[in-house]
Amino acid sequence: MEHELFSRGPSPAVRLTFFILLSLLLLVSDVHYSYLKTMRAGIATAIYPLQRIAMLPVELLGAIGDYTRTQSSLIKENAFLQKQNLEDRAALLRYRAIQQENDHLRQLFGARARINTPSVMAEILYDERDPFSRKIIVDKGLQAHVAEGSAVIDNAGVIGQVLQAYPFSSEISLITDKDHPTPVEVLRNGLRAIVFGFGSSNLLDLKYMSLNTDIRAGDLLVTSGLDGTFPAGLPVATVLTVDRNPVYAFSRITCKPVAGVNRYRQVLILAPGSPPPPIPVAKPEPPPAKGKK
Amino acid sequence: MEIAPKEEILLPVKPGFIALSLFSAFLLDLLPLGSFIEWIRPDFVAMLLLYWCIHQPLRVGIGTAWVFGILVDVADGTLFGEHALAYSLMAFIALVLRRRVSMLSLDHQFTHVTLILLIMQAVVVLTGFVAKDIFVGWAYFLGSLTAGLLWPGLTYLLKLPQRPKPDPDRI
Repeated sequence: MEHELFSRGPSPAVRLTFFILLSLLLLVSDVHYSYLKTMRAGIATAIYPLQRIAMLPVELLGAIGDYTRTQSSLIKENAFLQKQNLEDRAALLRYRAIQQENDHLRQLFGARARINTPSVMAEILYDERDPFSRKIIVDKGLQAHVAEGSAVIDNAGVIGQVLQAYPFSSEISLITDKDHPTPVEVLRNGLRAIVFGFGSSNLLDLKYMSLNTDIRAGDLLVTSGLDGTFPAGLPVATVLTVDRNPVYAFSRITCKPVAGVNRYRQVLILAPGSPPPPIPVAKPEPPPAKGKK
Repeated sequence: MEIAPKEEILLPVKPGFIALSLFSAFLLDLLPLGSFIEWIRPDFVAMLLLYWCIHQPLRVGIGTAWVFGILVDVADGTLFGEHALAYSLMAFIALVLRRRVSMLSLDHQFTHVTLILLIMQAVVVLTGFVAKDIFVGWAYFLGSLTAGLLWPGLTYLLKLPQRPKPDPDRI
């Protein structure tokens, strides 16, 4: 062994093979199983300070912007907000009256009163750079009792649901994420359906609706609450186009999300409701008695 | 091919400087930017790993690249091991080609660096395609071109602390 004096461990090719195998192992286990969640959460917590530092310039710019804002724009904004406040107040009064009436009617019907779900306000830290998925990171995590699977909304409608909760942050998968299903119903006629994210664009796809379904452009879709994740009645999307091409078995319906993920920094995380009761399973019929005479 | 005009004599690199530069690159990658810049933003971590693999192969190699790949995977929310795989492959190519690349002048390094980074991105795209069945679009590869254009600047910057101070005794 003439090179022993300058030995530098295994050759690059051997190292490469080792690390490629290790990566493939991680990839496969990440796609198919969830063993690595704790490890991922640990690393995420470790790099959280770095993420906050990276946010600093943005926050600083925002602070400078706030400071240099002119008085006239503040006055304008104030007037606008007051007007908005009045309108909202009127709407709120109407809403209260309707809610009371609704409660009363529900009691009459002996229905279970709908519980107000507790919620957590969170701020979007950043959009993930991964072009393969539509996810955002928010600054509330297990510390704020955010649970995985909770619905996430903004003031206009549903944004997505919590995919993974880390100690100080959580990962939210948007409803526009590829193949993210959201159970909805058409507000106009109560028709139930499921919308899926397209993944690449900011649109949603209403799948498996037959050609003669009563659905039009402009229809509002709200959550149906059938999955036990999203509370019922939250706006999700409006129908953009309905393409009834008899070549395909189903109509192709494109919808636009109501919530503005790209417009606001704050979101509301709703605690998950109680899971729905299990689906009743039909009892197997007892085998017919043999030897019946 | 043109060869670098003259070999400079440089001071040894401090390991702390390598670590600092890698972590600054990671911080730069975390910086939230507008959607337009997002497309042409170079992968700074990959650039720095490439630079150190070429210039300091004994200090930074496939293992370091893999570890930073895992960090990027967690920060970006990509599949565990996606960037780790791409970065370790990139580090290997850099180790194989490093003598050739470091001999070239900076404008010839552009093609090599861009190509290596494109291969790295292709691995990421391919992994995403196989695992999640999504193709991102060709604009994703613009980042490597920017990285190639920034390469001479980066080389100049990273060599600054290595340049010997002017000797006060010399006339």
